[in-house]
Amino acid sequence: MNFAITEAQQMLVDTAKRFVAEELYPYEPEVEKTDALPERLRRQIIARAKEVGLYAANMPAELGGGGLDTLSMCLLDRELGRANMALQYTVGRPSNILLACVEAQREKYLYPCIRGEKVDCIAMSEPGAGSDVRSMACTATAKDDDFVINGNKHFISHADIADFVILFAATGVEQSARGARKKITAFLIDKATQGFNVRAGYASVSHRGYHNCILEFDRCKVSSAQVLGEVHQGFAVANQWLGNTRLQVAAICLGRCDRAYELACEYAATRKQFNQTIGKFQGVAFKLADMALKRRAAELLTYQAAWQEDHGGMSDMEAAMAKLAASEALAFIADEALQIHGGMGLMADLPLERIWRDARVERIWEGSSEIQRLIISRAILRPLENR
Amino acid sequence: MKILVAVKRVIDANIRVRVKPDHSGVETANVKMAMNPFCEIAVEEALRIQQAGDAEEVILFSAGPQKCQETIRTGLAMGADRGLHVLTDERLEPLAIAKMIAAAAEQQGADLIILGKQSIDDDHNQTGQIVAALMRRALGSYISEIKKVAGGFAITREIDAGLEKLRITSPAVVTTDLRLNEPRYASLPNIMKAKKKPIDELSVADLGVDIGCRTEILSVVEPPARQAGVMVSDAGELVDKLKNQAKVI
Ligand SMILES: Cc1cc2nc3c(=O)[nH]c(=O)nc-3n(C[C@H](O)[C@H](O)[C@H](O)COP(=O)(O)OP(=O)(O)OC[C@H]3O[C@@H](n4cnc5c(N)ncnc54)[C@H](O)[C@@H]3O)c2cc1C
Repeated sequence: MNFAITEAQQMLVDTAKRFVAEELYPYEPEVEKTDALPERLRRQIIARAKEVGLYAANMPAELGGGGLDTLSMCLLDRELGRANMALQYTVGRPSNILLACVEAQREKYLYPCIRGEKVDCIAMSEPGAGSDVRSMACTATAKDDDFVINGNKHFISHADIADFVILFAATGVEQSARGARKKITAFLIDKATQGFNVRAGYASVSHRGYHNCILEFDRCKVSSAQVLGEVHQGFAVANQWLGNTRLQVAAICLGRCDRAYELACEYAATRKQFNQTIGKFQGVAFKLADMALKRRAAELLTYQAAWQEDHGGMSDMEAAMAKLAASEALAFIADEALQIHGGMGLMADLPLERIWRDARVERIWEGSSEIQRLIISRAILRPLENR
Repeated sequence: MKILVAVKRVIDANIRVRVKPDHSGVETANVKMAMNPFCEIAVEEALRIQQAGDAEEVILFSAGPQKCQETIRTGLAMGADRGLHVLTDERLEPLAIAKMIAAAAEQQGADLIILGKQSIDDDHNQTGQIVAALMRRALGSYISEIKKVAGGFAITREIDAGLEKLRITSPAVVTTDLRLNEPRYASLPNIMKAKKKPIDELSVADLGVDIGCRTEILSVVEPPARQAGVMVSDAGELVDKLKNQAKVI
């Protein structure tokens, strides 16, 4: 097995590392302190990212994107993941699901997203429908050639800056082997559409400058031309395109692991107590060993899943293992890195308290740790059942 | 005009260098390597001259083991056109490198040779000067500015006394100082393009030069650990200590 990355991938990593250090890190204190990303800064980062070719690097080269494969995207996301969420998100990676756009939808949504002129957001979750997303209460009712949408979404990331939303709504009920279940359709809905309102979401412990929102639909009428994919096939579209998002979460977690781990190593090697560097105490040194171990394991699972995706497709279990391992490694590493720093770890002068706060969401979104374990255990047990 | 830029593979500037236990040199196995920062500045300047329409081609040169091609590839990803790699595992002194660069520049018909003023590993600060001498060309060392003018180049040199402005004749050799420019990113599209750019592999024999060493490394040791400093309470105490204790003023 060869786990080495290519020369071109190493150059991509070097470029991304420098981009993060020069174009993102300097603005972290401001964004963390003000909980806001000024529009001029957002525009500046987009412009710089476009110059360097990092913008929309996940999109096919023939459409104007960077044309990176899944593994290279993981390497890039890992470097970007080191920085504050609001800043790193601005180095746009339009949702892959936009590749399901057809004809006029491409001109209106896909291409402007690749050019950095528009930003998308994805709305599935509702107050009553989280992990059990299919239980959603937001409905789209067909009427002539239109759909009328009613209902609410919450926790919708960066809907405040997005130009349109990729909305998932129930469009009927069907019978399945396990009983009645809702049929779901995906829609592209512009911000200015009548009957659609975006308002501020909840104040969160994570992600200063990057906000979740509440979306309200009240008799919001959209034409059937706004359907993404086929009617009733919303989850088919999502499954086809959104699997990689779990790898993206894993890769971003790895970037944060790196930053916390590097800070912890440096501190353990230089901070002195009882006349010696604290790294000389086994109690501290063994923490570093465990951090290194978990980081490496998460890295290998993530890269292996990505490699698999580039060579015929990864399984659900591989994606779930990568996301689970990386988000849990981050929880452990962020906490231990903070512990190694003692009181200083809690202070906003270092990026650690931010990494520690931000780490929490990674075990919840894009499928909670419990849901990932559900996916893995089902994959294990399914072949053994009904024999 | 053709520009030849010499690029050296060195230990990444962000890595803490360790001396080998047998004191024969520094540890390079499993250590992150990168292009010498002054060479990056040299590549950047060549690209700027090319973009201004004053050069048709930017050729990168590196001598050393196979892995040097990664360093050349990095420069190609910045935008250079092609590379020359002299494959050798011998230890190379500035004189040997300079001879190879001079021979390659002659073969390629390079009008301008740009080098870093020094490499951050050996810190010799000699190669550019030797190349100019071997080729009997005008030399501009430690430049912070260069512009193509009729018959040669207008340059600014950073020297102890300030900035020296000179006009030198073409063909020429220049070495870059830190403030010449800020090297660009290897952009993603250029990284992709670099994969297809040619790197010609040469042997020392192809250049017909003698690269034998004139020096021998006896031992490499870590610098002594710095003693802890002393805090003084005011300027008077500082002057007193400098005069009576350190006896330096
Ligand atoms: C900051 C933030 C941003 C978000 N951004 C978006 C966004 O942009 N778009 C979007 O659509 N959604 C978004 N979400 C929603 C996110 O996807 C959900 O939070 C997630 O799906 C979990 O749903 P829930 O919070 O309702 O928890 P619930 O589903 O209510 O889960 C509560 C607990 O029960 C556990 N649990 C649930 N079902 C099972 C089971 N079957 N077996 C074992 N345990 C189970 C869960 O693991 C969890 O511990 C975001 C959430 C956050 C916090």
